[in-house]
Amino acid sequence: MTIPSPPRSELSKKIGTILHPLRWAQARIDAWVLRRVRQVPGPIEIARNRVYIVPTRFGWGFAVTIMVMLAGAMNYSNSMAFALAFLLMGLGLVCMHHTHANLVHVLLRAGRTRPIYAGEIAHFEVLIDNAAAHPRYSLAAGWARETSDEPACDVPPQGFSSVTLASPAPRRGWHQAGIFSISTEFPLGLFHAWTWAQLDMRCLVFPLPAKPGMPPPLSAGSGGSAGAGRSGQDEFAGLRDYQRGDALRSIHWKSLPKSISPMVKQFSETVEQALWLNWDAVPLADVEARLSQLVRWILDAEAEGRAYGLRLPGTNIPPGHGETHRFECLKALALFGQP
Amino acid sequence: MLPRPALTDYLPHRTLLRLLAVLLVVIAPHLWRLPWWEGAAVVSLVVWRGLASSRQWGLPPRFLKLMLAIAAFIGVYSVFGRVTGQNAGIALLVLMLALKLTEMRSRRDVMVVVFLMYFLLATHFLYSQEMWTIAYLFMSVIAITSVLVDVHHPGEPLPLRTSLRLGGRLILHSLPLMVLFFVLFPRIPGPIWGLPADAGPTRSGLSDSMTPGDISSLILSSEIAFRVRFEGAPPPKKLLYWRGPVFREFNGRSWNQSTQDLMDRTWPVAELSGEPTRYEITLEPMRNRWLFALDLPDPRQLPMQSRIDRMATVVVDAPVIERRLIRWASFTSYVLEPELRPRDRERDTRLPPGSNPRATALAQSWRTQGMGDAQIVDAALTMFREQPFYYTLEPPRLGTHSADEFIFDTRRGFCEHYSSAFAVLMRAAGVPTRVVTGYQGMEANAYGGYYLVRQSDAHAWNEVWLEGRGWVRVDPTSMIPPSRIESSALEAMAGNEARDRLGSLERAKYLLEARWDWANARWNEWVLGYGPEMQKEFLSRFGIERQRQMLLVLTAGITLALLLVGWVAIRRAIPPRVTERALLLWRAAAKRLAKSGYVQRPDEGPRDFVDRVVSREPGLFEPLHTVLDAYLRLRYSGEQSPTLEHEFAAAVKRIRRV
Repeated sequence: MTIPSPPRSELSKKIGTILHPLRWAQARIDAWVLRRVRQVPGPIEIARNRVYIVPTRFGWGFAVTIMVMLAGAMNYSNSMAFALAFLLMGLGLVCMHHTHANLVHVLLRAGRTRPIYAGEIAHFEVLIDNAAAHPRYSLAAGWARETSDEPACDVPPQGFSSVTLASPAPRRGWHQAGIFSISTEFPLGLFHAWTWAQLDMRCLVFPLPAKPGMPPPLSAGSGGSAGAGRSGQDEFAGLRDYQRGDALRSIHWKSLPKSISPMVKQFSETVEQALWLNWDAVPLADVEARLSQLVRWILDAEAEGRAYGLRLPGTNIPPGHGETHRFECLKALALFGQP
Repeated sequence: MLPRPALTDYLPHRTLLRLLAVLLVVIAPHLWRLPWWEGAAVVSLVVWRGLASSRQWGLPPRFLKLMLAIAAFIGVYSVFGRVTGQNAGIALLVLMLALKLTEMRSRRDVMVVVFLMYFLLATHFLYSQEMWTIAYLFMSVIAITSVLVDVHHPGEPLPLRTSLRLGGRLILHSLPLMVLFFVLFPRIPGPIWGLPADAGPTRSGLSDSMTPGDISSLILSSEIAFRVRFEGAPPPKKLLYWRGPVFREFNGRSWNQSTQDLMDRTWPVAELSGEPTRYEITLEPMRNRWLFALDLPDPRQLPMQSRIDRMATVVVDAPVIERRLIRWASFTSYVLEPELRPRDRERDTRLPPGSNPRATALAQSWRTQGMGDAQIVDAALTMFREQPFYYTLEPPRLGTHSADEFIFDTRRGFCEHYSSAFAVLMRAAGVPTRVVTGYQGMEANAYGGYYLVRQSDAHAWNEVWLEGRGWVRVDPTSMIPPSRIESSALEAMAGNEARDRLGSLERAKYLLEARWDWANARWNEWVLGYGPEMQKEFLSRFGIERQRQMLLVLTAGITLALLLVGWVAIRRAIPPRVTERALLLWRAAAKRLAKSGYVQRPDEGPRDFVDRVVSREPGLFEPLHTVLDAYLRLRYSGEQSPTLEHEFAAAVKRIRRV
């Protein structure tokens, strides 16, 4: 477990180097190793030569305890105290091997990631496979060069577990997962064993929806039946589960106390008129603001159950609606202007 | 101020309860030795901590913890008069460990408690190192280690059996390393910085003065003073006098050592002849400053940190508080002090003026009859033998003129009375005489080929100085014929002979005791007695003479043992080898697909996976469907077809990178 440290000035960093030469050396070694970590689609088997191990501060504390005990045993010429000190010395050394063996030969694979909106936190699932006949305990995952609470999991024999790494995604587009570490201090916390890995994991980040308010432009293009907006003749068609991005006003508040998740009112389209959302028709100058506005309209249209199409420079998505259609549209917006 | 522990860092209730249980186990043996209020405080702190966790009570504020810590110091100081030293130090350590519970909330704090528990375990061995303590050691270490394992498992605590098994396995793997360290880690003779005054066992055995009653209390104790093992045959019984402190100052009632003698650093003059008897003694710690040896130990082959004093007693610099293995070479044929220094002659014939007039008169009458020194000795012994002197452990009390009353009135006593009265007679007649205390005789163990000397073998005898023969051992007590030994004393003395008449059950019990003592003797000799001397001797049998060699062999041994442990641990981590051909081929196919970025997801079956890949890469349709078909047929339909396997392998090779 690492403690988050506040930002430090240059001077205190220099003092830190003097006070903790080992930590400084460790940071240099880490930097060297991290430059050599290659991104692979997976799975990654953690080979023996890729596991690094150092004593934790509790490991050093344990060593000091043994030294004091040994000095006492010498002073009193006490054979049993010698025996205990030697047993603990052995325990420390054996623990090193067990910590190492707890990590080695597990298989890392990329799990699923769910698309998010810009500014939210991306969750990367990492699957840890244990093909051995014995379980692994307390394997933790964390990003390189970051100190935060690291989620940990046990892996049953010949099974797998998943850990989820969180990473804030401020911008739309593909959010690439960085180098992360899989580490363990099990069984005794005297040693910290870890390995660096980078799986080909990325999370699709949609632009942040704009605030509701601006109505979609009427007759925003051609193709199909051009446009009247909502006719007001929609018929209530039933309720469905809440999905992210649904407008607040479409939530069926009456059923909220009775159901586990909120329900959303759905209306069937009585007028076969599709809404065309056109890049050129958005009355905003800024690219990102335009994208955000388009996202908002898409979500609103989806919530209202209307068919909508998206027209971007170089992209034309014919009208439709539903989960897949919305995803296609949002993805196009997320990757707009990006290679 | 430490940062608040993260959520996963909080200690689960069950882990805490386990920790408290182990804490009680580790503290328990100390509880009987601590003042009652401390035991009560420790137990109530442990109980309170358990309840605080289950009832969600808050931990005490900082000033209260500070007050408790101060109170602990004051309490310990008021009982022991100090806060350092062995007993007070341990009392304080136990209290501080219990107080640590009041601020223990995260896993971090637990580490400190766990390390303290390991340390506390070592302190038990200052009080007892009997054979059973090794069982206690292993039990406790496994329990503490299991707690440590628990602490490092975030989230739900491990099942008790799992954590105990993991702890036990770690300890099991550490055992060979412990043995290697124990045998090969270079031992240096302690103490390094000196021992606290209250270290070690309480005093027992012979004392440094002889007052009537001292030895009779010892004679009733069957505790073991030391064990002896001879190289070759043991000497005859009449030579089995284990020399201890020698007394030459008499104040009319008790015999003492003089400070003059304690300061005397000269060696006795001795002419040794014949072959020495070689033997080794495992001496129980009795907090005495002397070592016991058969007359007369070779002054050139003394054990470490010891010297021989003017009266031929081997003395050590510091009281013996650890069991010690000592090798001796003793010459049973010797002339001790062929020439007596005039001042020694004066001191060894000195009596307090006016004491014991009747005994003095008797002795002087022998001298006026014209007897020589040797004849006077014989006259006194004849008197003890032929007149009605009795041996009893419950003698009548004696007054100021103890020798007078004993010789002429009561005539009942044991070795102290006889040796004291004899010495008074001899000194009155002008024969230099002193009192020697020690042990006499020994008892064979039925198994080990070694002998036991118990406290009940404590004895006092005399040495008289005769012209041309030096100091000669005389045992006036041995003059009493068995018919004049009272039955209670007989039982105490003659346990050995009595055993031959035991019934079968009692005999089995005796043999069991002998076996137990034999095991204890081995334990004492090989484990507890394994110090610098024994290590040197033991390792030299393997050609390891110097510390540098020891360290070299130790390093090599530890490296080898760690390789072995590492191999065992890694083997558990290695996936079992797959021999099923279909699975191997499927994995080969998956590996090829992974190069193009397609990885089978955990929620995907083989068919879904192939469908997904083919929907994106139609070019792979043919090989992948061949692979899928063969895999499903071979793996799940139980088909066995070499041709199908062959096709499978060929199709895998056709999966190209896209």
